[in-house]
Amino acid sequence: MTSIAKIIGQRVALGALTLWIVSLIIFAGVQLLPGDVATELLGQSATPEAVAALRKSLGLDMPVYLRYLDWLGSILRGNFGTALASGRDIAELIRPRLFNTLVLAVSAAVISVPLALLGGIVAAVYRNTFIDRAINVVTLASISFPEFFVAYILILILAVHVAVFPSLSDVDSSTSFLGRLTAIALPALTLAVVVLAHMMRMTRTSIVNLLGNQYIETARLKGLPEWRVLVRHALPNALAPIATVVVLNLAYLITGVVVVEVVFVYPGLGQLIVDSVQKRDVPVVQACSLIFASTYVLLNLMADVLSIIMNPRLMHPK
Amino acid sequence: MTMLHPPRIIKTGASKFVSAPLSAKFGIAVITLYVLTALLAPHLAPYGEAEIVGTQFEPWSARFWLGTDNLGRDMFTRLVFGARNTIGIALMTTIFAFSIGASAGLTAATFGGWTDQILSRLIDVLMSIPQLIFALLLLSIFGTSIPTLIIVIAVLDSTSVFRLTRAVGVNAAASDYVEVARLRGEGPIWIMTREILPNIAPTLIAEFGLRFCFVFLLISGLSFLGLGIQPPTADWGSMVRDTATLIVYGDVTPLLPAGAIALLAVGINMVVDWFLHSASGLKD
Amino acid sequence: MNKWGEIQVLNSTVDRRRFLKSAAAVGALAVGSANGVLPSFAQDATPKKGGHFKIGVGSGSTSDSLDPATYLETFMYIFARSLHGYLAEVDADGNLIGELAESWEPSKDAKTWTFKLRKGVEFHNGKNLDADDVIASINHHRGEESKSGAKDDFKAVEEIRSDGSGTVVISLKEANVDFPYLLEDYQLAIMPAKDGKPDLSGVGCGGYVLDGIDFGVKATSKRFANYWKPNAAWFESFDVLAIHDVAARTNALTTGQIHAMDKCDLKTIHLLERNKSLEITSVRGTQHYQFPMLVDVSPFDIVDVRLALKYALNRKQLLDTLLRGYGQLGNDHPIAATNRFFAKNLPQREQDLDKARFHLKKAGLANLKLKLSASDAAYTGAVDAAVLYQQDAAKAGITIEVVREPADGYYDSVWMKKPWCTNYWVGRPKADLMFSQVYAAGAAWNDTHWKNPRFNELLIAARGELDDAKRLEMYTEMQSLCRDDGGAVIPVFANYINAMSGKVGHNKIGSNWDLDSFRCAERWWFTDV
Repeated sequence: MTSIAKIIGQRVALGALTLWIVSLIIFAGVQLLPGDVATELLGQSATPEAVAALRKSLGLDMPVYLRYLDWLGSILRGNFGTALASGRDIAELIRPRLFNTLVLAVSAAVISVPLALLGGIVAAVYRNTFIDRAINVVTLASISFPEFFVAYILILILAVHVAVFPSLSDVDSSTSFLGRLTAIALPALTLAVVVLAHMMRMTRTSIVNLLGNQYIETARLKGLPEWRVLVRHALPNALAPIATVVVLNLAYLITGVVVVEVVFVYPGLGQLIVDSVQKRDVPVVQACSLIFASTYVLLNLMADVLSIIMNPRLMHPK
Repeated sequence: MTMLHPPRIIKTGASKFVSAPLSAKFGIAVITLYVLTALLAPHLAPYGEAEIVGTQFEPWSARFWLGTDNLGRDMFTRLVFGARNTIGIALMTTIFAFSIGASAGLTAATFGGWTDQILSRLIDVLMSIPQLIFALLLLSIFGTSIPTLIIVIAVLDSTSVFRLTRAVGVNAAASDYVEVARLRGEGPIWIMTREILPNIAPTLIAEFGLRFCFVFLLISGLSFLGLGIQPPTADWGSMVRDTATLIVYGDVTPLLPAGAIALLAVGINMVVDWFLHSASGLKD
Repeated sequence: MNKWGEIQVLNSTVDRRRFLKSAAAVGALAVGSANGVLPSFAQDATPKKGGHFKIGVGSGSTSDSLDPATYLETFMYIFARSLHGYLAEVDADGNLIGELAESWEPSKDAKTWTFKLRKGVEFHNGKNLDADDVIASINHHRGEESKSGAKDDFKAVEEIRSDGSGTVVISLKEANVDFPYLLEDYQLAIMPAKDGKPDLSGVGCGGYVLDGIDFGVKATSKRFANYWKPNAAWFESFDVLAIHDVAARTNALTTGQIHAMDKCDLKTIHLLERNKSLEITSVRGTQHYQFPMLVDVSPFDIVDVRLALKYALNRKQLLDTLLRGYGQLGNDHPIAATNRFFAKNLPQREQDLDKARFHLKKAGLANLKLKLSASDAAYTGAVDAAVLYQQDAAKAGITIEVVREPADGYYDSVWMKKPWCTNYWVGRPKADLMFSQVYAAGAAWNDTHWKNPRFNELLIAARGELDDAKRLEMYTEMQSLCRDDGGAVIPVFANYINAMSGKVGHNKIGSNWDLDSFRCAERWWFTDV
């Protein structure tokens, strides 16, 4: 196990490096976009004089590298800084939104991950039967629809025709837990539909892929029922690719849901980062990107550790 | 372990097609239909791709089989041309994404050590930036011509291909037969293409079927943010976006392009399943 | 013109360039009920108190703030109008009336203005309104340090001083007979002041008290018990929700989660009209769509090329397809038909492919290949408009390549930079301002780089001309110069289309701005409480 600890230690250090490079890329990317926060804030009424005044008051007249170092310095002291556009404290700006994003991601994951594993195993057990095909067709069709379209269809059915859930996810700090669950029911369902198929397909594929192996035959010959063979013998070996796909989708649930947020008017991080990119509000874009990046790095680390535990041979790389 | 060898594939494929399950035959039929539609689009479509032939949202009729869109263009024509543009772009993007992602992933898995670390961390950096945001940044900087679109989406998509290839590749690389090959003194390229690749190919092929669909979705998501394919080119993703609000009123028009994507996705994956099934060597 | 039968009210109002990009309809008014059952003027005009009114608008950003200097877009405009009082107000008939200022008077040379403040007006924090509050609030938009978009308007102000606690005297550098209109602007909110600095926390003296605001998401407010206006602000509480996706906005309205919305989806408006529990209002204004060409860039430097393009476009189709008829045809100049200086005798330009080919030939070009940069950042449907244009132009032998530009940064990197693009102007009710700001040589927003000596000469002459008949003559000539020589193709004027629940009561809807001059929270009520 010490070797796992060592790997984790290495990966955390590398994760920090990743975050630093991400911050460089994002910073450079936003600089390359046309315009800056001053021109975007003033919009069409931007006269050169007003732009210059605003730039000066925001410190944008400093050289780019100084601004980056300045930002890096404060982030290393744990200070996200203030938003350029509104002057608000970024940590304050992000906290409620991060919470909302996590609640939505967890809800969607709670619905989709067990369903995906179950569906994948069922499809593998009953492979090439009607059940397998039905699961297959339904999930494939569902991922062929863009997210916003899935959202519209769910709204049409569950909010307009049968008024079970609201079409807007109107939540704030005063919303009760139950109220929150009702409010996010439709976005969570939408996201679940979006990520379900990918995970389910991969579960099925990974299991079926192992069925030709000797040890599965052996298990079968021992007279174990098919589902036990799959769950006890095939599934553990199939977990590495499954974990990878599940982690990718979990990361997606946190970082990639801007379209769903827009459709349901859900105040999450996605909307914040898109708004901030549009306003060229670099510190906010940076802060959001770092949160997204660390989420990804952490989840990724989990997947790798899981794979290693599943396949101990990996612990001793040649 | 030699199923990727081209002549053998064709041979086995041909001989197996007759005995293929109904679903696989259906899938092949769908793919053939789409490919023919894409190739013969100008001959099949009754009107020009961008030609305005009626008033907006005309109902289905003998003149306009599937009605008209919001600008009065024939929906059927748009769908047919959409097949050509959408499949072309999606196919190129996916192939491109797989070439980059799978070769990098294989390299990482086979060599391990520093090579693996550097490649993995590089991909980590790319992946840890949310895809849609990254696409938004890149396309805003480089513009949205079709080649840029293909390259940007392919690069972004290749990251997940890399992850998957590496994950299954590492497993395969740690297996006994690779060990044996190494002891035999085989070179890394040989190990990669002859030992590891054939073993992980089924997983990759399954992924290919899905990735292909994701390209449509990303294009459609981009059009939601005002980026995407240049008008008046017909593509199914943008067509869904353009007509999506109709579904709010229970109108089925947006289901047509969405359904076209779904049918293709189902067809491709049915073939992929059959392929996987035969590759797994199962007899049941 | 319009299928709902319009009532037109001539209206003059504040002119400001920032209005150009904001969602406001200024000019004439047209309100009609979509299903024809409820003509809006015949509604029960006895307002009732109570209810929780929610409106969904297609704007609002996380970068918004409560500082009036930074207000941008409808979300903040309507919320500001509910929190704050202003010195002046434009009523539903388009007249400028006093709000916090009871009355005002200019000096004979119109350079010094004296405002008498209303007595007994209370702020939400209990303070009483006095001259210092007004001076601090206006000064917030003046001076070197000010970040306000209204800064330019107040450059003409020489000095602001009080004359006792109930009187404010403003002296101007130049005469301006329309000065009080500037004080009606949504940014000119009057805030309580302390030591000459205004309180920017959202405390005002309007009909609603700030309850909470999550920028880019939702703003909530409660009725102010001590509001000085007796017959206004009927709702118990008022929320503004930022709902950017038009389908989401429409769903929220049909499922009753909001009671009104702005910017209806014109693509599907015919389907929304079928919903009998909703009322759709259409307000006719000066907003127009435009395809500006840079006349100093080849081939747009050739007048005949510009004319060929103007003749190639089928405006009627654009109006029917893009606006579903909710608008008027444009004649390649920016003056709305409701303007009193509108050139009535100028023939309406129509699609004429022969003339287009003729001008093309005259320009010495057998065929022409152009790029048209389009983005829905300009207006919803701009890309579609460009595609329609492409189809029309092809018939005249002109090949247009439509380039969809990213919405992000459109006004920074495309507009006024690319030779030909899509754009819109909210427009100005006064011919002089519209022309001075967008068509005069050297104007900051001259998005065609058009410099016509005769036009510029007339522009200055018309400003000093007191005889209306002569002014009409001058403005007519200017409109015809714009039409036949100018660089902008102006195909249509677009109405503002909003939808609201049938339970919402209202009187005649003001046309100074969108959503009843942004005063919907103050003027509307629920009929069923």
